[in-house]
Amino acid sequence: MMASTYNAKDEDGHITVAGPGGGTLRSRKPENTAFKQQRLPAWQPILTAGTVLPAFFVIGLIFIPIGIGLYVTSNNIKEFEIDYTGVDMSSPCFNCSQNFSWNSTRPCTCSIPFYLDQPYESNVFMYYGLSNFYQNHRRYVKSRDDSQLNGDSEALTKPSKECEPYAFHDNKPIAPCGAIANSMFNDSLELFYNDPNGTKVQIHLMKTGIAWWTDKHVKFRNPGGNNPNLTVAFQGTTKPVNWRKPVYELDSDQENDGFINEDFIVWMRTAALPTFRKLYRIIQKKKDMVLTLPRGNYTLEVVYNYPVRSFEGRKRMILSTISWMGGKNPFLGIAYITVGSVCFFLGVVLLIIHHKYGNRNNSADISN
Amino acid sequence: MMWRSPLARVRDALRGQKVREKDLRNLVSNLPYEGLDKWKQPNRYFPGNSIKTSKYTLLLFIPMNLFEQFHRLANLYFVGLAILNFVPVVNAFQPEVALIPICVILCLTAMKDAWEDFRRYQSDKRLNSMPCLIYSRKVKQFVERYWKDVRVGDFVKVVCNEIVPADLLLLHTSDPNGVCHIETANLDGETNLKQRRVVPGVCITDPEFEAESFNSIVVCEKPNINLNHFKCYVEKPDKDKVGAGIENLLLRGCTVRNTDHAVGFVVYAGHETKAMLNNNGPRYKRSKQERRLNIDVMFCVILLLTMCLVGALGHYLWLQTLPGLPPYLVPHSNGHLDSPSLSSFYMFFTMIILLQVLIPISLYVSIELVKIAQIFFITNDIDLYDEETDSQIQCRALNITEDLGQIEYIFTDKTGTLTENKMVFRRCSIMGTEYPHKENAIRQAVLTEPDSDEEVIFTQAPQALQTQWSLDSDDVNRKDTMHHHGSRRKVPGTAHSDVAFSSPLETEVTPDKKLLQQISGAESTSVSRKIDAYLDFFLALAICNTVVVSMATAQRQRAAGHLHSFQTNNPLNPLSSFVRTVSSLRRSLTSYQRKSKRNRTISVDSSIEEDHFNPPVKLEGSGGNTGAQTCSLHVPRSSSEPAVTPDMVCYEAESPDEAALVYAAKAYGFILLGRTPDSVTVRLPSGEDLRFEVLDTLTFDSNRKRMSVLVRHPISKEYVLYTKGADYAIMELLGTPYAERLKGNQKNIAADTQQHLDYYAKEGLRTLCIAKKVLSGREYESWSADRHRALAAIENREQLIMDTAVQIETNLTLLGATGIEDRLQENVPDTITALREAGIQVWVLTGDKPETAVNIGYACRLLEEEDLVINMSCKNKLTCTSILDCTLEEVRRYVADPRNVDTTPDISLVIDGRTLAMTLSSDLQERFVELAKHCRSVLCCRVTPLQKSAVVKIIREKLKVMTLAVGDGANDVNMIQAADVGIGISGQEGMQAVMMSDFAISRFKHLKKLLLVHGHWCNSRLANMIIYFFYKNTANVNLLFWYQFFCGFTATAMIDYWLMIFFNLFFTSAPPIMFGILDKDISAEMLLGVPELYRTGQGSGEYRFSTFWVSMLDAFYQSLVCFFIPYLAYRGSDMDIFSFGTPVNTISLFTILLHLSIEIKAWTVVHWVIMLGSVALYFIVTLAYSAICVTCNAYWTLQSQMVDPMFYLVCIITTVVALLPRYTFHVLKNSIAPSPLEQARHLDRMDPITRDQWIKEWRSFRGGGQVKRSGLSVPPSPTLGTSVEAYPPSPTASEITGDEFTLNVISENYNRPVHT
Repeated sequence: MMASTYNAKDEDGHITVAGPGGGTLRSRKPENTAFKQQRLPAWQPILTAGTVLPAFFVIGLIFIPIGIGLYVTSNNIKEFEIDYTGVDMSSPCFNCSQNFSWNSTRPCTCSIPFYLDQPYESNVFMYYGLSNFYQNHRRYVKSRDDSQLNGDSEALTKPSKECEPYAFHDNKPIAPCGAIANSMFNDSLELFYNDPNGTKVQIHLMKTGIAWWTDKHVKFRNPGGNNPNLTVAFQGTTKPVNWRKPVYELDSDQENDGFINEDFIVWMRTAALPTFRKLYRIIQKKKDMVLTLPRGNYTLEVVYNYPVRSFEGRKRMILSTISWMGGKNPFLGIAYITVGSVCFFLGVVLLIIHHKYGNRNNSADISN
Repeated sequence: MMWRSPLARVRDALRGQKVREKDLRNLVSNLPYEGLDKWKQPNRYFPGNSIKTSKYTLLLFIPMNLFEQFHRLANLYFVGLAILNFVPVVNAFQPEVALIPICVILCLTAMKDAWEDFRRYQSDKRLNSMPCLIYSRKVKQFVERYWKDVRVGDFVKVVCNEIVPADLLLLHTSDPNGVCHIETANLDGETNLKQRRVVPGVCITDPEFEAESFNSIVVCEKPNINLNHFKCYVEKPDKDKVGAGIENLLLRGCTVRNTDHAVGFVVYAGHETKAMLNNNGPRYKRSKQERRLNIDVMFCVILLLTMCLVGALGHYLWLQTLPGLPPYLVPHSNGHLDSPSLSSFYMFFTMIILLQVLIPISLYVSIELVKIAQIFFITNDIDLYDEETDSQIQCRALNITEDLGQIEYIFTDKTGTLTENKMVFRRCSIMGTEYPHKENAIRQAVLTEPDSDEEVIFTQAPQALQTQWSLDSDDVNRKDTMHHHGSRRKVPGTAHSDVAFSSPLETEVTPDKKLLQQISGAESTSVSRKIDAYLDFFLALAICNTVVVSMATAQRQRAAGHLHSFQTNNPLNPLSSFVRTVSSLRRSLTSYQRKSKRNRTISVDSSIEEDHFNPPVKLEGSGGNTGAQTCSLHVPRSSSEPAVTPDMVCYEAESPDEAALVYAAKAYGFILLGRTPDSVTVRLPSGEDLRFEVLDTLTFDSNRKRMSVLVRHPISKEYVLYTKGADYAIMELLGTPYAERLKGNQKNIAADTQQHLDYYAKEGLRTLCIAKKVLSGREYESWSADRHRALAAIENREQLIMDTAVQIETNLTLLGATGIEDRLQENVPDTITALREAGIQVWVLTGDKPETAVNIGYACRLLEEEDLVINMSCKNKLTCTSILDCTLEEVRRYVADPRNVDTTPDISLVIDGRTLAMTLSSDLQERFVELAKHCRSVLCCRVTPLQKSAVVKIIREKLKVMTLAVGDGANDVNMIQAADVGIGISGQEGMQAVMMSDFAISRFKHLKKLLLVHGHWCNSRLANMIIYFFYKNTANVNLLFWYQFFCGFTATAMIDYWLMIFFNLFFTSAPPIMFGILDKDISAEMLLGVPELYRTGQGSGEYRFSTFWVSMLDAFYQSLVCFFIPYLAYRGSDMDIFSFGTPVNTISLFTILLHLSIEIKAWTVVHWVIMLGSVALYFIVTLAYSAICVTCNAYWTLQSQMVDPMFYLVCIITTVVALLPRYTFHVLKNSIAPSPLEQARHLDRMDPITRDQWIKEWRSFRGGGQVKRSGLSVPPSPTLGTSVEAYPPSPTASEITGDEFTLNVISENYNRPVHT
């Protein structure tokens, strides 16, 4: 009674009174099953040079081609990057970058000429890039109200506390609230092709299709359901402090206005790292033209609104084609080639070891 | 109920407190107060008999349970973190989510607690409502009430086979002698019957008990935990005090047997009963690994704080370098920002929240789970199951399983642990003449043929059986015949654990012819039959013991409301008792042949009757017929003839030696027929029954090492003291020679006997000396007055009682000595050899003589033929010091000797108790330990229980080693508790050792598998799991830490908070637990075949400082890889935070699981299911979560990643790079320098036949002559006799005892042990 098997803790040394069948003829002999006797059939791999040799060679043989493929693909991606921050005196945007206020009504524009030495054939993706912008700051990341962005009317008028101090302005709820929305990138970029014959052709930039489909159609919803009149839907709210116009005037297109404005959605997907790029526009390949962007001179016209000097940031415009593996990044290709080679090399080393020591294992003795 | 002022109540309560705390309690009968208000009851201050062991009540469960749980440090840490989450300045993401883990853990524990408590509640309820009989004044008789109604001061009647409801002072029994038999199996597991007596002279023993006439005051001590001591006296109205002790107390939980009914006075009830006070649940011990673990957890805490400090500092610097006010710095609601220093201060705490997982809190829960499973597997091991006693191994300590794999020193008891503790009478020496009992030895040799015991019984003596059947057919009813057939079939799993002897033949003694002649000669020649030493010798054997005589036919009937004890409920009890009957029938053949008349009745023995001129009044009429009386109560057939034949006699002895002696006496015709507290009835070979009046019994204790019975000879009217005890205890007390005519011979007899004793000891027999003393009437009178005072004393009672015992046990006359054989248990030599090969030092600590111990040492291969045996025994400290120095010097030289470099220094030390006591003194301790370290085995002889534990403690503390103590008796309890792991053997000597042990096994041989296999497994499994757990958490948390360098040290997590919590709670929790439960590095066969593998676990084993840090470094490396490869791959892209976190998290999962699969040694179905299940669970849960939770950060991230080929490419390469070093390391190590374990795993994969072949070859290669030698030194039958023959006869006894000291160091010729 006080002595007990492992689970007799429950009994705690009680005098336990069993029913009438107390002293039945039940042996305590444990069941002789494979599980209870710990004899389950098992696969016992032993890692020795001999057994893992193929694995190393296989890894080497698979990785190296993948790496080469990745490297070639990455190299085929054309990418053009231009910094238009205007830090240098010589930069056309220098002036604009100097005097700055979020609420300036007078737009400052500057135009930057550049030369593309390679023609871009397929669709070209136009990004804006920011450096040193910590969109992943803990409190910044939190400073949003997803319910509000999802069209919740309750949250529209009573933004979450997380949005503080960008939840209310002049006692009116801010829509969209929070620091992320408040600091939305608001430069306008336009691209002109300087024809060799002197004319400046504006390149058509697609505003839509830059956000995730699920974001645009599920995660972000305008308040008021399908009410086409966004002004009414957003009644009683005020624009974020740094914005120049309210959220329902982001675009004239009904399908790209309010919370479902794609520039806005893209901005709201906070970047992972302090140096990032965000998709701005897409230059679609026209059917009749062979080249999306032919080689030649271009001009980037910037409506310079977004201040980056306060954090020594940089603003860039990037033109890039993409492949199945995304943007240009040779790292992965190199990594695969390197790892593949290392594995192959290790395979060779193990082969030697296997030859030297492999036979010993069979006649090995256990030394203490 | 009358109204009472609150003040009076308070006063009453205070007084109650005082009364309870007092050292002495005055209890009076409740009867005069029956029906009065509660506050008028005299015994109201003492608790009632209802018990409550449940901790909680329904209403208060939640707060109480929470309070209980928050006592654990780990839980507090958790709660502290959860609270920290709610502090606004630390900016936790979702404080509510942080509560999930702690809630899950608290709920699980609470559910477990609630379930256990409910079970306790139910069992309490069942107990409290058991029926019992309480005397009621109104009804004038005993009425049926419930246990919970019993109060202190009540009179309770217990009938046969009923359980005693409270601690009762026995006042009356149905037995005319005032005896009540109880079985204490529920208390201490001992199944032999014990006698309890009524308090003498308190209640006039009318046939019916009159409770109302009881007007004495019972004064008893405060309740205490000691089951074997109770001090109390009863003060009669005439101020006469009658002492009462444990022999008058019926303990709660005992079962009344063989007694029709008994009435007792409740002295302790409910929680104050000794049984309840002894309830202390399972033991909690801390394992060595757990202590290491806590150190490593502290390291983790330091690491965590360092990381947080780095974070805080980094944050400060980052803020400092910011030139202006960037838009991503979010001010407080009031619009201003904290200063960098303040915000970095806050950041420190935020970091703690972020990186909290680094402290593996779930590790503690996992370890508990793993240990429960390990214990499950240990208890279910069929190899650790003993068919004979139908008992499994019991794990009583729940959390030291892994210590079994690290044992370096084993301290073992001898009797009952290495040997069977089934005593067989082998030889005796009477008055200096030796009787070798050759016939007996021959018979025993036949018996020891393995596996044929039962067959032997029936083939050996079929003739005898049949004769006896025909003779005594009326004694044997039909039922018994059936049982007989049953026993012939040899039912597998037949359990006979109730008595000392499972096989009837073990009890049987074939008398020595010469001795028989002597006795019959003595009987016929001795005129007065009072001065013959032979008669005295056997009378002493029969009388001087505490054996209870019961009738074989009076089978113990088990009541329906049977108590569950851990001891097997023996359903085959009738069978085993019948087997006994059969044996006694056969035995009677020999003893009956000389009998003139069958069915002689005892009570009509005229010669005795006449001599009774002064018999005690209360025994009048019962004569010597107690046996028959008790018997007739329960013999199913209502036999009218009160005949007692020895066939029906069955002995229940507390120690097997006693039973062996009684059986031996019986073989010579001195049959113990009955024993009551006041008398012993013995039948002489002449057929005449003698009833000795027992004046006192001086029970055995380990200080005196002897016991005595003081009787009054019915014929000569002499006061005779019969003493039996250890030879040295008796030899010192010898005084006057036996009789006048033998004057001058006494010394000779003593010397001769001593010589025989030494010879017995050499043979490995247990020796006992039998002595007698005749007291004069005056001597007795004065002594008995002292004795009476001592018995009634409450203060210092034990000491006084012992003093009186010592006082009378002087000037003894030596009668003779006996040699009892205790056979080795099966496979003991094997087990010891294996344990030694496993690098475990085995010490034997025994109370026996050195010669006996050395012999056992050789027989169980603890000592080898060519060992260097150092024999230390010295009488004073000075010599002891010099001997120790000298020996140490010698040993050092021996070890340093270049000739001995290759051979293992097989030095063995034999040391006796007295020397040991000196060497253990603080100044010699160091040297002794140093010497012991060099010794391959150590035998300590004649040690007391306290010395046993002192040895264990010193070795454990000085050498810092893991110790294990194994023993079976009460004398081993100290040792078992002192060792790191205490193992009790549930053998013949009761259950004290088992009660105090951590593990209870039934045979010594089980130790081999328990340590070598389960110990190794548990140890390596748990060690690997713990290391893996640390690795896992570090690897996972560091990912977040590295990210801090890219987010301005703002404690951002790139993984959704929910997923982060799920990651630890669900996705990666099952595999390590499974790893800890099921991983099997080497098969059991291999571990048993190559005991050397055990050495890998000794010391710190697989869980070392280095392994911990290596795995931590690996964790750092892997987390670097897992973070920076995705970082480099996605740098500069438009990746958002949570899309970046998804591959990182997935990679982390794969790395962690694949890391585990490198470590898993054997993949069973369970492994596959759990590993693949974890991966599947991760994907299913994450996909579902990121699809359903629209407003979550992680919305659609995994889906969008999974359509991107880059995701897979990144995952694959990162996992490969992260695991490549560990994988390669394992491969290289296994190929170039495989550890013994890995080599063993290689062998494991071979088919069994090749493997066994290999093991055999390897052993013979390594052991050299060892294997051959084992064939020589271990006789086919594990009896001691054979191996001893080769042993050189000892020179003389005086050389052992007489010399100042003896020291034998044999440095040149160490091929055989030399004794001086």
